[in-house]
Amino acid sequence: MIYADNAATTKPSQKVIEAMVACLSEDYGNPSSVYTLGQRAAELLQNARERVAKNLGCDPSEITFTSGGSEADNQAIRTAAFLGAQKGKKHLISTPFEHHAVLHTLNKLEREGFEVTYLDVHENGLVTAEQVAQAIRPDTALVSIMFANNEIGTIQPVGEIGAVCREKGVLFHCDSVQAIGHVPVNVYDLKIDFLALSAHKFHGPKGVGVLYTKKGIRLQNLIEGGAQERGKRAGTENVPGIVGMAVAMDDAIANLDKQATYVAPLRDKLIDGLSKIPHSILNGDRTQRLPGNVNFCFEGIEGESLLLLLDNEGICASSGSACTSGSLDPSHVLLSIGRPPEIAHGSLRLTISEDTTHEEVDTLIKAVTEAVEYLRSISPVWRNLQEGKQDFIIQ
Amino acid sequence: MALYSETVMDHFRHPRNVGIIENPDGVGEVGNPICGDIMKIYLKIENDVIVDAKFETFGCGSAIASSSMATELIKGRPVSEAMELTNKAVAEALGGLPAHKLHCSVLAEEGIRSALLDYHKRYNLPYDEEKFALLHHDEEDFSDEA
Repeated sequence: MIYADNAATTKPSQKVIEAMVACLSEDYGNPSSVYTLGQRAAELLQNARERVAKNLGCDPSEITFTSGGSEADNQAIRTAAFLGAQKGKKHLISTPFEHHAVLHTLNKLEREGFEVTYLDVHENGLVTAEQVAQAIRPDTALVSIMFANNEIGTIQPVGEIGAVCREKGVLFHCDSVQAIGHVPVNVYDLKIDFLALSAHKFHGPKGVGVLYTKKGIRLQNLIEGGAQERGKRAGTENVPGIVGMAVAMDDAIANLDKQATYVAPLRDKLIDGLSKIPHSILNGDRTQRLPGNVNFCFEGIEGESLLLLLDNEGICASSGSACTSGSLDPSHVLLSIGRPPEIAHGSLRLTISEDTTHEEVDTLIKAVTEAVEYLRSISPVWRNLQEGKQDFIIQ
Repeated sequence: MALYSETVMDHFRHPRNVGIIENPDGVGEVGNPICGDIMKIYLKIENDVIVDAKFETFGCGSAIASSSMATELIKGRPVSEAMELTNKAVAEALGGLPAHKLHCSVLAEEGIRSALLDYHKRYNLPYDEEKFALLHHDEEDFSDEA
């Protein structure tokens, strides 16, 4: 099997599994309990908090453990909207290609009377700090822009955006789920006020994440109950998950250079190989992208059938076609960078990791090339394109 | 649980009747690339019997499998019988389709129907227009999902 869907989730490392098993089998106490077993769990929790904070460049008190990236995104945006509304600020700035955890929260706020400006992400999938600066108004409560896009992997100029927001006194939330463990992130340097991350994107467990909230911002609860997480996130802490996340994060951050020196060149090899397929196009900026992300559109075919063929070859990949999204529309990300629907249906995302080998990349190139060729051979659209009855969209 | 039944995967992996027919007696094209599905059906008809059927499909796994199965179901059949092919029959023969994929079987039925209409028109054969009305189908009764 070749696992090339690391943006969907990653394989937990052996170290993570061992730390979690130890936590489940021995250190199973409730961190709120006074006896030794409970306090041992509280120590593990505090230790994990300190390590996560160190990795992000913030104070442990600024870390809130959540059930994952989606919850963190929801809580950050809800908090900023609540605080903004108190001062009569009901304008939000974001992009049309955020993760649905952000977009659907914004949509809900729009129905509640907020106004949202969605910045153009251009054909290369990038926004600029100038766009943000121009969009900020006196009543802007929040700028919410993702660090790196989950489908096309483009990396936004987060530091510049953070600087603009800080200068103008507007809160900045950065959904960094895809970035953490793949590129360096320091919330202090980048002037980020809220940051969401998820452990299973960097070889940690599922169901656990972090919301970083800059000191001084009064976080609003999504979940009411006990006094866990300084009273800001009720519910007994997912201690094994949090411990596993801290182990995974330490490893990922310690090995960041491998992302740049090994994964990125491997990605470029994959991009070069797939670019040789006629009438194909890379989605997202070629250089401002995550080390492991490759996303292509192939004209004349549909993505789900491509995924099934690749699955036949033991390859795990992903697509932005409607058929894989469960809706009738293809990926909102591909539409936002101007890909027409008929092209967006024929997209393929391959996300590799430090575990991916050169041999696997060779196999991926060969398998994708053959699958695309086959699907084109049975496609009436491809026949029309070949016979000149309709024009190619991708040259 | 697998996304598709074994029959669907078999027809997807090894589609029957894929290709085109030179000098066909009927051709039908249905679907829309913007929605991500296009089916083109070719028929060879002799003495009112479908002696050959071929297809080309741009679409997902179930669209390809539905085209394959639909052409299998009408090959060797009289035109009158092919006219009666329903999306339900296609979906059932495939061992069921997930609820959100039933439109693929509808597309297959419409593709066959459209090719048959083309056949009638090419040869100036009388036909009942009502039989070619692309009806809305009840897509709920034969889903393999509860």
